[in-house]
Amino acid sequence: MTAEQIIFLVVAFFTLGSGFMVVTTGNLVHAALWLVATLFGVAVVFALLNAGFLAVVQVVVYIGAIAILFIFAVMLTRKDMRDQGPQMNRGWWAGALIAVLVFAGLFFMLQGWNGLSRTAAAIPAGFDAVAELGNALVSPDAFVLPFEVASVLLVAALVGAVYVAFNRK
Amino acid sequence: MTTETLIWLIPLPPVLAFFLIVLFTNKNKALSHTLAVGAAFLSWLGSMIVFVRALGVEHLGEHPFESSLNWLPTGDTWFRIGVLVDPLSAAVLFFVAWTVLMIFIYSVGYHNYGQPEGDQDVKGLPPRGAIVNAHGHKHAVPSVEPMYSRFFAFIGLFAFGMYVLVLSDNLLTLFVGWEIMGLCSYLLIGFWYAKKSARDAAVKAFMTTRVGDVFMLLGIAWLYSYTGTLNFREIFQPELLERMGNAMAFPELAMRWPALFPFISSFSIAGAIALLLFVGTVGKSAQFPLHVWLPDAMEGPTPVSAMIHAATMVSAGVYAVVRMFPLLEADVTGTSMAVVAFIGAFTAIFAATIAVAQNDIKRVLAYSTISQLGFMIAALGIGAYVAAVFHLITHAFFKALLFLGSGSVIHGMEHGVLHTGNHHVDAQDMFNMGGLRRKMPITFWTFLIGGFALSGFPLITAGFWSKDEILAEAFGHGHWWVFITLAVAAFLTAFYTMRQITLTFLGEPRTKEAEHAQETPWTMTVPLVILAFFAVAYGWIGVPTGFPVLGGLLPNWLHEFVGGTLAEHPEALAFNWIPLGTSLFVALGGLYFGWLTYRNVNSPAEDRLQIPLLKNKYYFDEIYDRLFVKPAYWFAETFVYKWMDQGLIDSILHLFGPLTDKIGSFIRKYIDLLILNDAGDGSYKATWWFGRNLRGVQTGRIQQYLMFALAIFMLVGAALYFYFRYFRLVA
Amino acid sequence: MVPLSWYLILAAALFSIGLFGVLSRRNAVAILLGIELMLNAVNINLAAFWRYGNVLHMAGQVFAIIVFAVAAAEVAVGLALVISVYRKRNTVIADDIDLMKW
Repeated sequence: MTAEQIIFLVVAFFTLGSGFMVVTTGNLVHAALWLVATLFGVAVVFALLNAGFLAVVQVVVYIGAIAILFIFAVMLTRKDMRDQGPQMNRGWWAGALIAVLVFAGLFFMLQGWNGLSRTAAAIPAGFDAVAELGNALVSPDAFVLPFEVASVLLVAALVGAVYVAFNRK
Repeated sequence: MTTETLIWLIPLPPVLAFFLIVLFTNKNKALSHTLAVGAAFLSWLGSMIVFVRALGVEHLGEHPFESSLNWLPTGDTWFRIGVLVDPLSAAVLFFVAWTVLMIFIYSVGYHNYGQPEGDQDVKGLPPRGAIVNAHGHKHAVPSVEPMYSRFFAFIGLFAFGMYVLVLSDNLLTLFVGWEIMGLCSYLLIGFWYAKKSARDAAVKAFMTTRVGDVFMLLGIAWLYSYTGTLNFREIFQPELLERMGNAMAFPELAMRWPALFPFISSFSIAGAIALLLFVGTVGKSAQFPLHVWLPDAMEGPTPVSAMIHAATMVSAGVYAVVRMFPLLEADVTGTSMAVVAFIGAFTAIFAATIAVAQNDIKRVLAYSTISQLGFMIAALGIGAYVAAVFHLITHAFFKALLFLGSGSVIHGMEHGVLHTGNHHVDAQDMFNMGGLRRKMPITFWTFLIGGFALSGFPLITAGFWSKDEILAEAFGHGHWWVFITLAVAAFLTAFYTMRQITLTFLGEPRTKEAEHAQETPWTMTVPLVILAFFAVAYGWIGVPTGFPVLGGLLPNWLHEFVGGTLAEHPEALAFNWIPLGTSLFVALGGLYFGWLTYRNVNSPAEDRLQIPLLKNKYYFDEIYDRLFVKPAYWFAETFVYKWMDQGLIDSILHLFGPLTDKIGSFIRKYIDLLILNDAGDGSYKATWWFGRNLRGVQTGRIQQYLMFALAIFMLVGAALYFYFRYFRLVA
Repeated sequence: MVPLSWYLILAAALFSIGLFGVLSRRNAVAILLGIELMLNAVNINLAAFWRYGNVLHMAGQVFAIIVFAVAAAEVAVGLALVISVYRKRNTVIADDIDLMKW
C-alpha cells in the first residue's frame, strides 16, 4: 500500500461518510454543512488526480457558491422547528434498494472491463494542465462552443432563477 | 225471328227481371211485380210460339229445333252447349210456361199487394196484418209482405233455371238449371228467414238434394269420360247405346270377387250411369229414401210450394229421367229399370200411407206430390215412356192448382184469424176449417176439380187418363207387383184427397175463424180457374186409341207427339178391361170412402187414422237425424273443430308463438345483451378499469416517478447488457 | 499507484448515495443536495478518466467544467423553484406537491 493509496482511501472514506451524512441527517442545516465537507473531499480527490484547476474551481464554485446557496435556501424555507420531523419519505427503502442496485449494477459492469486495473500514466514533463485547459476552452477547434453555450446557460439560469423566485408584492 | 233464336231468348226475361229487381227496383213493389210478371209473360209468349211451331213440324223427333255454340275448348275440340226443342221438351215447355205464369200472377195476390203495411211486420217473418180505421172502428186486415220484391226476384231466377233445364240440349246445362233451381228452392223455402223452422227446412232441402246431386254428377262425369260428349242426341246414337248397354260396368270388380259376379254383372255401363243419374232424381223429386225434405219445404210461401215443389222443380227430376230414358232402356240386364220401378212404386204407396194421417192442408199435398212422382218414376221403370210424360204434365197442372187452392184457403182462414184476433189458431190445420164451400166458392170448385183430377175421377179429369194409362201399361206388360202397388196407392190417393176436401170445404165451420173466412181476390182466383181448365182439358189429348167409345173419337195426339221423341216409336198398348176397372174402382171407391169416413169427423181425436207411426212419417226424420245428421254435426263440431282445428292446428300455431318468443329471448339475452351489449360496454369498462387502476401510478410525487424510471431503466439496461454480452458481441 | 477502479468505485458509491438521497428524502432541498452529490460523482469520474486516459486530451476536464456550470445553473433555478413553491404552498415536502396527481 503506497502512500498515495492510503491518502486516497482516507479521503474516499471521508467523502463517502460525509455524503452519507448529507442524505441521512435530520437537520437540514447539518445536511448542508455535511455537503460542504463532501465537496471538500471531492476537491481533494481532484487534487489527487492532478486536476488542480478543477480542485480550486470546486472549492470556489461549489462550496463558495452552491453550498452557500443551499444554506440560504434552507433558511428561507424553514418552518419553525419544522426540520425536526422525519426526513425520509415513506418509500425510502425502495430508494435504498434502487441505490444499492444501481451501485451493484455499476460495480458489476465495471468488473467486465479489462481496463479497470490500469494505473495512471506519468504526466509528461512540462505539461501545464491549466494552460492546456484554458487553450481547450477557448480554442475554436476545441471546446469554445460548449464553453460559450455554458455561459449562455448560466445567463438563462440567472434570469430564470430571479424570475421564479421573485417575490411580487 | 227464327225459332232457334226464339228458343235461346225464352229463359232470358226472368233472369233479367231478377237482376233488375235485385239491383234497382227492390223498394218499388209495383215495379218489381210488373217486371216479374211481365218477364214470365214474355217467356210464356215465346214458349207458346215455339210450341205452336213445334206442333207444325213433321217428325219433330227426328228434326228437332236445335242450336248450339262452341263454349269450352277441350284440347283440339270444343265442348258445345245449346238448346233443343224436340217433342218431349215442347210438351214440357208448354206446361212449364203456363204454370209459371199462373203462379207469378197468383203471387201478386198472395202477398197481399195493395194492402197496407203492417206495423208489426218485420222482414223475415210472415206478415201479421195491419190495423186500419174503416167506417168508424178498427179493422184488422191482411198486410202486404215486407219482402215483396225479393220474392219476385227469387221466383224470376227460379223460372230462368227451369227454362234452362227444359231447353238445354246437353247434360251440363241441364245440371246448371238443376242447381239454380236447387239454390232458389233453398232461398224460397227459407224466405221467412226469421223463423227457425223455415231456416232448418231450407238447409234440409239443400243438403238432401245435394246427396242426390253428387251421384248425378258422378254419372255425368262417367258418361262424359266414356262417350266424350254430354249432348243428348249424340249420346243416344243407337250404336253407342248398344255398346254401353252391353258392356259390363265393373269388370275388374267382377273378376276380383267371382262370388258376387251375378250381382256385379247385372250392371251394364248404361245401366250404372242411368242409375247414378236417377239418384239425382231421387233427391230432386223427393223419392224414397231422399224424400224427407219435401214436407218440410212447406215452410215456404204457398206459391213456392206450388211452383217449386209441385209443378216444376220436382218435375224436373222426372224430366231428367225421362230424358235419359234411352240410356235406361239400353241396359240389357234390366236391373236399373227394375230398381227405378221399385223405388217409384214403393215411394208411391209409402207416401200415400203417410198422407192419410196429416192434418196440415199443405202437408197432405206434399206427400201427395211425393206419391204421384212415384207413379211417374214407376211408369218409367216399367218402360211406359208416354204414360210417364202424360202423368207428369197433368200432375203439374192439377197439383199446382191444388197448392194454389190451398193457398187461397189459407188466405181465407187468415182473414178469419184477423177478424177474431186469435193468432194462436193454425190457419193451415184442416180440423180448424170446414164449410168453406160457401165462404169461398171459386176456391171450392177449382179445388174440387183438382182433387178429382188427382184422384183420377173417370173420364172428365186429366188425372184419370194419365193414371189409367200407367196402370194399363203396368198390367199390360206383366208387372204385377207394380200394378197392385200403384192400384193400392191410387186408392189411398183418392181416399186422402176426399178426406182433405171433406174436412176443408164440406160440413159446417168448426171454428170461428172458418166462419169468417173470405174469398180471395181475382189475382188469386183467376189462375185457379185457368189451371182448373187445364186439369180437365189436358186429359183429352191423350185418350188411348183402344179405349171403348171414346178411343176412336179423339186421336191420341200425345202418344204420337211425345212418342216421336224416342228413336223407336213406342207401340200403343192394346186395350184391357182389368186395368180400367181397377182404375175406376180405386178412384171412385177411394173418393166415396173418404167422404163417408170423414163427413162426421170433427176433431183429430175422432180420426181413427191418426196412427203415431203414420203421423210421424215412419220416424224417418228421426232415423236420419241419428244416422246422418248427428254424426255429421259431431264430425264438424268435435272432430274437425275441436280436435283438428283447435287441438291440432291451433296447438301447432300456439307452438310458434312461444317458440319465437323463446328464440327471441335467447337471442336477446345471450347474443344481443351479453355479446353485443356487454362487449361494447366491456370495451369502455376495460378502458375505464385500466385507466382507473393505472392512474395510481401518477401520484404527483416525483421521487416515485424517479424510482419507476430508474427501475425500468435498470431492467432495460440489464436486458440490453446481457443481450449484447451473450448473444451479440459488440465489435 | 491508485488503480482506476478505485476512483470509479468511489464515484459509483457517491453516485448511489446521492441517488438514495434523491429518492428518499422528504424535503425538496434535501433532494437537491442529493443531486449535487450525484453531479460530483460524475465529475470525479470524468476527472479520473482524463487522468488515466490521454492526459493531453483535455476533453475530460472541459466536460467537468461544463458540468460545474450546469450544476450551478441547476441549483440556482431549482432552489428558486423550491423557494417559490414554499411561498405558495408553505411547504417544502416534495410529497405534498402533488398537483399532478391523477
